[in-house]
Amino acid sequence: MSRPKIARKSTNIDMTAMCDVAFLLLSFFILTTKFKPSEAVPVSTPNSVASKVAPEKDVVMLSMNKDGKVFLSVGDSKADKERKETMIRSLNGSKNLGLSEADIKALTAAPFIGVGFSNLSQQAKLPTESVNDKLPGIPAQDSTNNQVIDWMRAVTEAYAGTKPNILLKGDNVAKYPSFKNIITALKKNDLMKFQMVTNPESVPNGTDLWRANQKGVKQEDL
Amino acid sequence: MAEMDTSSGGGHKKGPGVKKGKKMSTRVDLTPMVDLGFLLITFFIFTTTMSQPTAMKLFLPKDTDKPEEQNKAKESGALTIMLGDKNHVYYYEGILDPAGANFKSSSFKDIREVIMNKKKSTDEKDFVVVIKPGDQSTYKNVIDILDEMTINVVKKYALVDISEGEASLVKASDATAQ
Repeated sequence: MSRPKIARKSTNIDMTAMCDVAFLLLSFFILTTKFKPSEAVPVSTPNSVASKVAPEKDVVMLSMNKDGKVFLSVGDSKADKERKETMIRSLNGSKNLGLSEADIKALTAAPFIGVGFSNLSQQAKLPTESVNDKLPGIPAQDSTNNQVIDWMRAVTEAYAGTKPNILLKGDNVAKYPSFKNIITALKKNDLMKFQMVTNPESVPNGTDLWRANQKGVKQEDL
Repeated sequence: MAEMDTSSGGGHKKGPGVKKGKKMSTRVDLTPMVDLGFLLITFFIFTTTMSQPTAMKLFLPKDTDKPEEQNKAKESGALTIMLGDKNHVYYYEGILDPAGANFKSSSFKDIREVIMNKKKSTDEKDFVVVIKPGDQSTYKNVIDILDEMTINVVKKYALVDISEGEASLVKASDATAQ
């Protein structure tokens, strides 16, 4: 009896197809990734269960670093930059800052505003790499010299007609009084809605929100 | 895998002294390349999803000086939470006892239980949480406690400045608690 011959097959697999797929996916992810823009002010944000992604249009961001210093920045789009220029111009007029045309252009291009009114022209002359968190920040210490109020007034004027998305990005270890000063500044200008940038976190089990999520109720509807 | 093909022996003889040219396989082992590819894919997948920050909404109430426009909180339904130094949390229900008898100490882990119990035991329309962050509390503490409001679906809560008496109680408790 002769057994039928089983053809001996090689254990080697052709990897070419798999390699193709891997690199196709790789190039897709590389092209779609948007890396975090390097931040001049390092801020480590707290976690929250909020699931809404932070907006990217019409953004006015107030950053509060770990020492409670306040920095103001706007979105990257051209319209936002134009509004920033409007803000600086109107403050230049109302506060008699004496900024030259070149200063205004430099401040508009700067990643953020990090000094008080009296030092704005100095910040305008700083090279870009020294515009960092070493700057003293916008004075917001108390009600007598809370310049964030003036900035927010300029924001409401510049964004008249549209709705600015005011984002507050605070550091974990920043103390509450500086947060309160920002809230005061917003309240004074009737900017009652603002958003705080946080890192996402899962909803703890067994809580009311968790139960609502299980039922399919949206967080915003609660 | 990428071994050389040595099985090509046994061909015809070229003649004495003529060396046989070894036939090399043109196949390259792609396994490490695939490994590398997938490693990079994993890296990019993680970086894309992780760096999406979320935003938490906060609506501030309008400050009114007229007492008739202010929201009255019912004493029985009020829970006041105070934030102290080094992540300490204190709370009391209703109105603070002058001697501080109902002033209780808690922590961020236990405060959820407190809020849930209070929510269960009071009428929903009377339930209001008053948050009073002290001067020593951090931004993270405030966000955490606001987050607790979301987690426990507390509809009415207010962020209020701490009063002198409460601040001193918090300070005293901060000093004793470690």
